[in-house]
Amino acid sequence: MTDALTPFLAATIRTATPLALAALGELLVERTGLINIGLEGAVLAGAFGALAGATAGGVAGGYAGAMLGGVLVAALFAICVLVLRADQIITGMALTLLAVGATGTLYRALYGASGAALHAPTSGPLPIPGLVSIPVVGEALFDQPVVTYFAYLLAPVLAWWLTRTHAGLALRAIGERPDAAAAAGIAVTRMRALAVIAGGVLGGLAGGTLVLAQAGTFVENMSAGRGFIALAIVVLGRWRPLGVALGALLFGAASALQFAFQAMGWGAPYQIFLAAPYLLTLAALAGAMGRARAPAALGRPL
Amino acid sequence: MRTVLAAIGAVAAIVGAIALLLLVGGYDTPRALGALWSGSVGSWYALTSATLVRAIPLMLTGCAIAVAFRAGVFNIGAEGQLLAGGAGAAAIALAMPNAGAIAVVLALVTGTLAGAGWAGIAAVLRERFGVLEVISTIMLNFIALYAVSFLVRGPLQEPTHAYPQSSSIAAAARLARLPGAGRLHLGLVIALIIVIAVGWVLRHTASGFRMMAVGENSAAAASAGLIDVRRVTSLAFLASGALAGLAGGIEVLGVTYALYEDLSPGYGYTAIAVALLAGLDPWRVVITAFLFAALEAGAGAMQRDAGVPSTLVAVIEALLILGVVAAQALRVRRVRVLHTTDVIVPESAT
Repeated sequence: MTDALTPFLAATIRTATPLALAALGELLVERTGLINIGLEGAVLAGAFGALAGATAGGVAGGYAGAMLGGVLVAALFAICVLVLRADQIITGMALTLLAVGATGTLYRALYGASGAALHAPTSGPLPIPGLVSIPVVGEALFDQPVVTYFAYLLAPVLAWWLTRTHAGLALRAIGERPDAAAAAGIAVTRMRALAVIAGGVLGGLAGGTLVLAQAGTFVENMSAGRGFIALAIVVLGRWRPLGVALGALLFGAASALQFAFQAMGWGAPYQIFLAAPYLLTLAALAGAMGRARAPAALGRPL
Repeated sequence: MRTVLAAIGAVAAIVGAIALLLLVGGYDTPRALGALWSGSVGSWYALTSATLVRAIPLMLTGCAIAVAFRAGVFNIGAEGQLLAGGAGAAAIALAMPNAGAIAVVLALVTGTLAGAGWAGIAAVLRERFGVLEVISTIMLNFIALYAVSFLVRGPLQEPTHAYPQSSSIAAAARLARLPGAGRLHLGLVIALIIVIAVGWVLRHTASGFRMMAVGENSAAAASAGLIDVRRVTSLAFLASGALAGLAGGIEVLGVTYALYEDLSPGYGYTAIAVALLAGLDPWRVVITAFLFAALEAGAGAMQRDAGVPSTLVAVIEALLILGVVAAQALRVRRVRVLHTTDVIVPESAT
């Protein structure tokens, strides 16, 4: 049984990494009272940016391109919502559509309409000496790409930052009562813009992970709803960094179970496994919503 | 008159944006624009068999989005509801090969109900559990896609089990083609009647007024009395799903004649652009649906003749949506600024 456990845990961590990164970014955005549905677009733009960056400048270039791709989408969101005061939901949907169209068009224009499998350099696993030799979990948790370790650190750091620093308190205040925060001298719009950009960096990084640490190539629409699932994970994690990290792990485990069941030749239609993350999202939202308390200003028009 | 001018302006903006993107991308711009024209409205065949055939599902899904958004329901799930409708209609039409017109009617009714049912899941999640419909409907789109994928490889697969599709629907259970109009079928008439009727309901009936009141300001609608907000939003959600489901049923009975996984090239998403550009007015949806149908038909021709990626259409649609919401927001803000400076005095000043 432990033979099967290590690959299961490793697959859990692998699937959870991009979800955790994107969801932690969206958490920052939502704690300022905004909802960025364009997260899906940021993840996709990050994936494409990773391919473009990696073919030009290796793995490091790939991660830089990924973050840049996510930031571009986030910056557009900030301009439309914070400056032009456009509707958040519709803007987010439009930006996701824009990312689908723009990455598809650029990919076909730059790398050929056939979409021949392009190989991007990948960042291999980096075993952490000592920790990796812990029985069962060591290899699963500590023989992962660097970006996974970044996600491990990010959740507790964000939790500390949100609850223990002035800036974190200011950010949370904006999400509860933006007018009161403004009256208290907090630069509401600037803080929101920074949160949106940070969300874009992390969303882009999530997309970059798909290309640079997993697939090794770009496929049109490869984000496949992960940005939307990340939105659900924020709710599931009750707008708290550690809760969000746990939520991402839960989704990672559900996806990993799908591989395990398929490997065991369980006689159910495979579409059930493909649909599982989306079904789980619905179930989780229905269960989580009543008990969780969202930031009071979440999604309100500015 | 203003509508006509706005439509001309929209066309000019779209063609201008395409030309600009083509120039930037270094494509043979005159050739590509020529293909855009000839592939969409340049010939009777293109107009009827390419553009108008695509306009039918866009009219109904665009109308679906308009109804939902008007009531303040962000139904992003027209794509999934369309697939549910297509699957429902296909199942009935395949089961009744000899029933003729009765099969057509029953299949379309079933498709409509299936679309409403699929939307109903999100409506229940919204009203009972407070789940944001934006997220739930997107999840349901993915689930619908995998459900259809299962159906065409399982219970509804054609008898040889070689292809991921259902059997062909019997000729008697198909929607008739319009004489002298290529692939264009009776669905156009159905769609026009439905969309015009929905527009009339929104403009001229109490139910339409209640929907818009809830969409504009649900708290005000509730406190003004006599409006049950939950009932209105739920009904709008179901009606929206029904319209999208009908679009799927018509697509199966009038165009594909079988259930496929790729039944819809994203009509449910394009519908959002269609509805927003129409100012959420079903009657104007007829015009914008035609516009986007022409754009998508022409994009196919641009890809074939000039090598322009057809995904360019998504870029254009996204930019249009952003332009429309930003322009609306600026207009609303100008009004709001006037009001606030007139009326609101800071509490500390009194």
